[in-house]
Amino acid sequence: MRRLINQRISRPLAFFLGALPFIIAILLYMAASTERLSDNPNDKLLPAFSTMGDTLLRMATEENKRSGDILLWVDTLASLERLAMGVGISATIALLFGLTLGALPLLRANLSPFTTAISMVPPMALLPVLFIVFGLGEVSKVVLIVIGITPYLIRELQSRVSELPTEQWIKAQTLGANSWQLMLRMVLPQMLPRLVDALRLSMGAAWLFLIAAEAIASTEGLGYRIFLVRRYMAMDVILPYVVWISLLAIISDQLLKQLNRKLFPWYQPQ
Amino acid sequence: MSFIEFKKVSKTYGDQPVLDNINLSVKKGEFVTMVGASGCGKSTFLKMLSGQESASKGQCLLDGQPLTDEPSVDRGIVFQKYSVFPHLSVLDNVILGLEFAQSKLLARLFGKARAQAREKAMNLLQRVGLHSAANKYPHELSGGMQQRLAIAQALIKEPKILLLDEPFGALDPGIRADMHQLILDLWQQTGTTIFMVTHDIGEGFYLGSRLLVFDKVRHDPMAPNAWGATITYDLKLNQANHGQLAKSGDSAQEHSLYNDIQHSVHATARVQDEAGPSIGISTGVGA
Repeated sequence: MRRLINQRISRPLAFFLGALPFIIAILLYMAASTERLSDNPNDKLLPAFSTMGDTLLRMATEENKRSGDILLWVDTLASLERLAMGVGISATIALLFGLTLGALPLLRANLSPFTTAISMVPPMALLPVLFIVFGLGEVSKVVLIVIGITPYLIRELQSRVSELPTEQWIKAQTLGANSWQLMLRMVLPQMLPRLVDALRLSMGAAWLFLIAAEAIASTEGLGYRIFLVRRYMAMDVILPYVVWISLLAIISDQLLKQLNRKLFPWYQPQ
Repeated sequence: MSFIEFKKVSKTYGDQPVLDNINLSVKKGEFVTMVGASGCGKSTFLKMLSGQESASKGQCLLDGQPLTDEPSVDRGIVFQKYSVFPHLSVLDNVILGLEFAQSKLLARLFGKARAQAREKAMNLLQRVGLHSAANKYPHELSGGMQQRLAIAQALIKEPKILLLDEPFGALDPGIRADMHQLILDLWQQTGTTIFMVTHDIGEGFYLGSRLLVFDKVRHDPMAPNAWGATITYDLKLNQANHGQLAKSGDSAQEHSLYNDIQHSVHATARVQDEAGPSIGISTGVGA
């Protein structure tokens, strides 16, 4: 028999093995839920799948009696808008600073210690400051995401820039490039796919900051909703919402991955 | 008149000498090949020529002017790898040099200017045998084709000097022979002055019109890095014989020189090996 490290898994088997943990988790949940509900039909902690399905359908199709909104879509739209703004602004700032910090020694000497120090500040500790400065509106939620992920993105890009082979820097200069042209034609295009990669890695943190900000001060949003219904122990809302948030995270990750493949066919991460 | 002149040039890193007392005068249009054991300063010498390093002592002159201490458009370069830009197609890699010169702000050409640049680039690609791959990305090319591209990319700037840093070191023998032919053809057509570092002494004899051997003249077994290297052989190679591999040897004289050089280079390599890994000299050889 082959060593364990050399085992080859056929496709159907790999699919089955991959699906197995999901199936087990679902079965375990169903068993526990049925058990609790048979003791007490009004139990709220582990609602049956059918209950969760009904609730989700209601939230996705029926207008809320008080506000007249269809809550799931209003929440999703509000959250995605904040997320997109936060991530978009972060990416722009990171591209600007990561590129110049990576390429220009003068700026690096000047700003690198500062960005390193800033990236050590826990963003959540700054949330009260943001609420005081920007109020409880949209701005502070977006700014929390920006503060949360931008330092990481800058440092990541800066180190990707410095990983470009010395040969390329020399070559571009022998072709007559000045610093600006070199950054524009050699560094920037090669950093774009790496920025997308870095964004994929920081999406988890972005969601974290978004939900935290929404939980504390908001009037709609996915994070707001789950923290709101927590008061009624409405697990039949919370659990589907958590699954929906995870699904959105997976979809956005895949979209970014496809984007990289489509736009940058020359890019092959090592 | 000498085109490139080195006058009493030395290079030290910290207190470690790498090159001692280099005196050299090269005429326009020479094909200078440089051989020597690892750590004997041939790459450092090339870096001084390219502007990546500056001399610690002495003068390096190009056309009577001191060499600038950063890479410039006078001096084209081809490395063993990473010479081409992975995010640009073959054609764009070649056009890039023209775009830097003609479009200061955007470094991009459009319309008629681009069409002209394209034509010039395609001509050059034709000459290196890459015109049918013009729209591919470098990662779709073989190692030999990538080096052809790197050469075309450098030549579009019509540099005064072309620097080749072990350009064929990573290629298969058959491909190497093709590349040898290509570089000799291009050299004869353009009349460019070429400096080429190689590990392969046979290649040095075969390609060069002049061969420099870098070696240490003095060894101290207790302090293997106490002495720098210098040019120990400076050979005019027989032009009539040019393009014949000296190893297979029409010329008895070159054949015996080949053996001498191989012997001394190997001896230096062995002494260095026995003295343990050389500490701290980063000449970038093979790195």
